[in-house]
Amino acid sequence: MSAGVELDHVTVKFGNFTAVNDATLDIKGGEFFSFLGPSGCGKTTILRTVSGFLDPTAGQVRIGGQDMQGIGPNKRPTALIFQNLALFPLMTVAENIAYGLRVRGIDRTTRRRKADELLDLIALKGQGDKLVSELSGGQKQRVAIARALAVEPKVLLLDEPLSALDLKLRQHMRTELRAIQQRVGITFIYITHDQGEALTMSDRIAVMSDGVIEQVADGKQVYDLPQTPFVASFVGENNAFTGTVSKVANGAAVVDTPFGALAGLNPKALKVGDKAILFVRPESLKIGKGGSATSFVSTVESVAFEGNMTHVFLKGASKKDITVTVGRHGGAKIPAQGEKSTVHYDEAHGLVLPEGKMARD
Amino acid sequence: MASSFRKERWPVTSRTLILLIPFVVIAAFWLLSRYEAKLGHDPTHKSYWERNGMVLGLTFVGLVAFWTLFLVTLPYLYMVVESFHPKLPPAQRGGPNDFLTIAQYKSFVISPTDNEWNWIHMSNFTYSIVVSALIAFLNLCICYPLAYYMAQSGTPQKVRMLMLALIVPYWINEILRAFAVRLLLASKGLINQAMMGTGITDAPIDFLGANAGMWIGLSYANLLIMIFPLYNAIESLDKNQIEAARDLGAPWWKIHRDVVIPYAKPGIASGCTMVFMLAAGSLAAPLFLAGPQQRWFTMTVYDFFFQAFNWPRGSAYAFILLAACITFVMVMLRLFKVKLGEAIR
Repeated sequence: MSAGVELDHVTVKFGNFTAVNDATLDIKGGEFFSFLGPSGCGKTTILRTVSGFLDPTAGQVRIGGQDMQGIGPNKRPTALIFQNLALFPLMTVAENIAYGLRVRGIDRTTRRRKADELLDLIALKGQGDKLVSELSGGQKQRVAIARALAVEPKVLLLDEPLSALDLKLRQHMRTELRAIQQRVGITFIYITHDQGEALTMSDRIAVMSDGVIEQVADGKQVYDLPQTPFVASFVGENNAFTGTVSKVANGAAVVDTPFGALAGLNPKALKVGDKAILFVRPESLKIGKGGSATSFVSTVESVAFEGNMTHVFLKGASKKDITVTVGRHGGAKIPAQGEKSTVHYDEAHGLVLPEGKMARD
Repeated sequence: MASSFRKERWPVTSRTLILLIPFVVIAAFWLLSRYEAKLGHDPTHKSYWERNGMVLGLTFVGLVAFWTLFLVTLPYLYMVVESFHPKLPPAQRGGPNDFLTIAQYKSFVISPTDNEWNWIHMSNFTYSIVVSALIAFLNLCICYPLAYYMAQSGTPQKVRMLMLALIVPYWINEILRAFAVRLLLASKGLINQAMMGTGITDAPIDFLGANAGMWIGLSYANLLIMIFPLYNAIESLDKNQIEAARDLGAPWWKIHRDVVIPYAKPGIASGCTMVFMLAAGSLAAPLFLAGPQQRWFTMTVYDFFFQAFNWPRGSAYAFILLAACITFVMVMLRLFKVKLGEAIR
């Protein structure tokens, strides 16, 4: 059984500081939903508000359509997986998993049976009598998930649970988490600052910055059609060209940038004279001459060969370089350091957004 | 005479013999360390004397030796020897009647005056042990919520204020504090005056006779001894553990039962052990605040030393108390599955 989570104009303040500002969201039952943002953007606050450890200053949290105001974390149909997992060190693995059942007064045999079922689910069969300290990082991770699933929550909340693991294990656990979610079919709300995790696992992602939800969409849309400069610069690598809109036509716009007039899509319907930022992803830039409003010239600052691809860094208008990523079989000759190089892109891969806050590097 | 014969055979008395023990132990350790140094010779290792020089080295050794030997070990050893001797006037000490005996220990069980069971002393003893254990438990009940508040839920400012409020009373002498409690609880004391003034009672209540004063005094005297080990233990508990238990559906008392108390068990053991020991060995609070029906066992010990001038029997009684306390504590630690190392951490 899964349940949807609705945030209805939720605002959370700590004194004068607004951690979450007027968040409205509708997370569907059974969805794998991620909150993505840099540290301090308010994503953990949202999670604690949904789980019941915090009360919203204004607005409503509804789980399965029911208002959660005044309902404590021990009474909500949610289970939280902590960043440091917070397994009970003095209990065995099985006792940890069955703890939620124990506080519900369920008898020992049923508890044990349920714990064994879950141990099976997380591929730790027969390890119930071990102490938590005897497990590896990834195993502890799975025990934390089993402990949360044991109480049969309708919503599972995960607070950056993979951040303590090493890279290989983290990538493995991504697949595992996704598989577990599809097996149990309940709503997962996942908090992360790692865009790779968010993009690979989620059905939908909410990108947050400074307490505000910037965009809610699936991974592909967040990457291809960011709605704000923050999302464009936070999710994936991006090259930004600031300037003023000089021409608009047929859903496209031309921006006067330090590199001349450059064109891109205009989803926000900017008008001539508006301050704007043109975004072109490194993999969309190609070495060589193209159309008049989709190519520019700059000096090569450095070249970085990475095996499957090569990054060419061109001198940008500000301190930040322009990155051009050339694939293994890109065809073009890689220019040398110090050379003048012309690059171009497809107009459909340029994106003109109104000027606004960008992600810090 | 047999005893004089023994005296000639053994020119060294048991008193001098026992005083030699620490020196023998020290010599043994010194030889052992010499042997070890020779065995694992490390040319880069500088000896103690090379590191500190002769003057500083001798000062350190002298101070430590003075402290451990003259202030700690020898007095205790002397008391042990004393407890195995008969009570004698100074002139006869070392004389023919001065022989080793367990009569002083026996006198705790069977009174030497009438050869009957020594119920008075044994009941005093049991009473002291039982009440001390209860005081430790009472103190735990008072201090656990306070310590939990200080360690987990209080804001830093409030915790500092609370800490100050707990410590400041200890700037006052224990005897003064005991008298203050006495003044409060006496028949014509503040509480009785107030209760009669407001018409709650007609006649004064004999708080002191009912031992209320002693309970209050003993609990209060050992409050900090209980709070700090508890606070230390609970403070290191990860807040997420508490929240995880809560999130899994545990009401507050189950969180304490399943997560906080098991985690704080070494702190609880350490606090209870110390409070129990100190209460069982305390003199001032029972002396000033206890009712007339039951005497605290330390008062009996005190009387043997300073009223009856029977040092041997006093020391024997003191060691009976010490042994009983240690046994009791060990049994309790065993019962609650706490290792001694954890409890004294």
